[in-house]
Amino acid sequence: MRPETLLFQACAFVLAPLLLGVINRTKAVFAGRMGAPLLQPYHDLWKLLRKGAVYSSTTTWVFRAGPVVGLATVIIAVLLTPVGKVGAVVAFPGDLIAFAGLLGLMRFFTIVAAMDTGSSFEGMGASREAMIAALAEPALFLGLLVLVLVSGSLSLTGMVGAIGIDTWLRTTGAVLALAAATIFLVMLAENARIPVDDPNTHLELTMVHEVMVLDHSGPDFGYIMYAAALKLWVFSALIVGILLPVRTGNILADGGLLLVGMLVVAIVVGVVESSMARLRMLHVPHLLTAAGGLGALAVALALVVG
Amino acid sequence: MSLLLIALGIPVAGGALAVALGRFPRAATAAGVSSAVIGCVLGLVAIGGPLSTGATIALRLPWRVPYGEFSVAVDSLSAVFLLVIFGVSLLAAAYGAQYLLAYRQRKSLGAPWLFFNLLVASMALLVMARNGILFLMAWEVMAIASFFLVTFEHEKADVRNAGWTYLVAAHVGTAFLLVFFAILGLEAGSMDFDRFAALQPLAPALASALFLLAVAGFGAKAGFVPLHVWLPEAHPAAPSHVSALMSGVMLKTGIYGILRALTFLGPPPAWWGLLLICIGLTSGVLGVLFALAQHDLKRLLAYHSVENIGIIALGMGVGVWGMSQGQAVVAVLGFSGAVLHVVNHAVFKALLFLGAGSVLHATGERKMDRLGGLLKKMPVTGGTFLIAAAAISGVPPLNGFVSEFLIIMGALSNTTDGGIATAAPLLAVVGLGLIGGLAVACFTKAFGVVFLGSPRTGRASQAHESPVSMLLPMIILAVLCVVIGVGAPLAAMVVLPAAAQVAGADSQLVMSNVVAVTLVARNIAGVAAGVLVMVALLALGRWLLLAGRKVTTAVTWDCGYERPTPRMQYTSSSFAQPLVDVFSRLLSPRSHIERPTGYFPHSATLHTETPDVFLNKGYRPLFEWINLASISLRWLQHGRVHLYLLYIFVTLVVLLIWQLGLRGGV
Repeated sequence: MRPETLLFQACAFVLAPLLLGVINRTKAVFAGRMGAPLLQPYHDLWKLLRKGAVYSSTTTWVFRAGPVVGLATVIIAVLLTPVGKVGAVVAFPGDLIAFAGLLGLMRFFTIVAAMDTGSSFEGMGASREAMIAALAEPALFLGLLVLVLVSGSLSLTGMVGAIGIDTWLRTTGAVLALAAATIFLVMLAENARIPVDDPNTHLELTMVHEVMVLDHSGPDFGYIMYAAALKLWVFSALIVGILLPVRTGNILADGGLLLVGMLVVAIVVGVVESSMARLRMLHVPHLLTAAGGLGALAVALALVVG
Repeated sequence: MSLLLIALGIPVAGGALAVALGRFPRAATAAGVSSAVIGCVLGLVAIGGPLSTGATIALRLPWRVPYGEFSVAVDSLSAVFLLVIFGVSLLAAAYGAQYLLAYRQRKSLGAPWLFFNLLVASMALLVMARNGILFLMAWEVMAIASFFLVTFEHEKADVRNAGWTYLVAAHVGTAFLLVFFAILGLEAGSMDFDRFAALQPLAPALASALFLLAVAGFGAKAGFVPLHVWLPEAHPAAPSHVSALMSGVMLKTGIYGILRALTFLGPPPAWWGLLLICIGLTSGVLGVLFALAQHDLKRLLAYHSVENIGIIALGMGVGVWGMSQGQAVVAVLGFSGAVLHVVNHAVFKALLFLGAGSVLHATGERKMDRLGGLLKKMPVTGGTFLIAAAAISGVPPLNGFVSEFLIIMGALSNTTDGGIATAAPLLAVVGLGLIGGLAVACFTKAFGVVFLGSPRTGRASQAHESPVSMLLPMIILAVLCVVIGVGAPLAAMVVLPAAAQVAGADSQLVMSNVVAVTLVARNIAGVAAGVLVMVALLALGRWLLLAGRKVTTAVTWDCGYERPTPRMQYTSSSFAQPLVDVFSRLLSPRSHIERPTGYFPHSATLHTETPDVFLNKGYRPLFEWINLASISLRWLQHGRVHLYLLYIFVTLVVLLIWQLGLRGGV
């Protein structure tokens, strides 16, 4: 393992909350507000980790296990995710399946932890999350499948590593664009962003992800927030890996470039959130099916273009 | 081999003894259970050799049945299935002892144990049989024994109904198998399996016809959609330890049959693989969707078996596809995944049914919407159920993930380059993605509604934990879920010889694949271990953070509402509603709504159900038509025994004349 791989991986754990800050600042700028400081997520995390906790009397150990398992799985997922061309700490053939499986485990425990409260709101959030995730999963598989077909590699690091500027310039460029679009839509759904979910809503009935974690407090909630930031980082890193296939050879230049790419993804997410409203829950399946459709189209094209 | 035959004989003898002791429930239980346990332990010891060395043991005895021969053998493929049969039967029998004793006031317990032990012995004999007649006889004993087990509570009309549905389905399947074996027997001139295998290469059309017969006949037992309709009826009706055995093990005899048939039929064409993949996709997706829409816990589990059989079919499809393209890696990975999923499904589905039985034992309820909050009352049942629920959803670090991983790796290792036509295995990949997401939804619902939140009824709030003899088998199965997940390389080694045998790969190729498969498995084991270590570290971190701080309890947040009631919780129908709505075209759910009316409404009800589309729109009309059509033949059936004897006599004479005529002609 090269030292720069470790360095970039460490960046993920340090810089992930910054992405949330960038998204919020972008939204503030669009709305003409001052907005919270860029580093607000760090302050929030620090505050939560110093607090005690309040638990609902209905809950059991499953509720307490939810945030722990969620953060643990997403940390392992970070270790599997390549940061651009630099690659991941852990890479093996088929790690993309492990990546999807880990997200599944995280979701499983978030949902059961929410149901443990016996609250109708959290049950509702859990039910919607299960629906959204079930429909997003095939789209994610299709998106990753395209990368497998284009690169001929079965590991995320190998896949991202095999994509170069020439891959974009050849006929496979269109395929890659479709794959990136698919993964971007999956990212919005998996990370509870508009148009699938609104992280800023203040009405329990309209929340999905936020309402599931209503009863968590203190360090538990800190774990959840940090896990959410890491999950956003993981998806952004994948998208940057596809869209920014550049490697200069200079560690600092590469790192800077990747970081700028990540920030741009966060800004794009912020722009999407500012420029459109959340979809009605009834229309969310249509969006996710469309994402799957894009992915299927990309797979078909990739097979033909070869 | 003689040890194995003794292992089969003991449960049967013990079962007979249990019937003789029928008037003394405890003695009958002791006889039935101890003989089953001893038989299974001996069986597990006996297959140790074939499993570890890959050697085949065989025995042939003369038998006076026409075309029959008592020919049995244990090779790698049989050994893996025997491992599942003996292992799960052992635990199910131990669990059933206390479970069935609850019925001792109303029922004789001798016969159920005889049929249970007969079922175990017939399944074991089935996978060892190397003669068509012996195989079919074991197959039939298995069907009959399980029929009597399903109809244990025959005083209930719906149980009798379930029993008849099962009996009909089983025999429709057997009809296909009779034709299958008859054709093979005619071609080979013998009912011996070795002679079947020596037939290759068969004419392509004949091989394909045989393959379709095997898929239909064995598929009816395994529960491929649309032949699955007996499953959601029969499994909930049977006592829970029997459901565990039927769902976890008996369905797999159908899978065994298809795998065994593949070894007779020679190199497959590509469309066989495509057909199996399509069957797998249909069974997998429809199985999990129907499971999601159910409100009865055991019915949900039964539908979910259809899903898992679908996953196994996907693995077999990938394997057959790999064989057809001459890609040994794809074939071996696909079949390894399929066989390992057979083992895994036996472990977690048995555990889930035993857990459901434990809930039923404690509360007398199978309706999920009348349960809730059981984790506090039943910590062991709840904890093991949670592990099984996560395992069946195919997430790391548990066993379900390992087998699905192998199947996907098989599909992705396909390097045939020929455009869209060669993309069939990719269907399996995307299908597994969709199935995985839906399975998470289905099992978070099952676990969440039954074990979490607060009790919805008095029965649920008065639940108690089951006795140790019922909990121990569940704990063992839960440990196995983790062990197979973390010890993936070892599990892969156990199933690999069987997979290689079906794939027909030569030993050189197998050795190179051993390296590939264990490498793959080692990586998953690493991820699994990583997850477990990280969970432990973060739990420790959380404990350190909270130590010495103020930790209080309060009521669940309900928008400031002070008195939340259990009725306000999300129910199984409300949880499933968004997904059921998305797929309502496929599921056609029904809802009965009584809306609130007037200015001061006092009552309103909502009731939803999702009956089986195939049963209601396909089989029921068909069988009603058959019923109507056969009215015209009713004059044959009048209840006069001497005329029935005449029928038999006339038939015999006609057959004799026909036979003599044939001889004369020759």
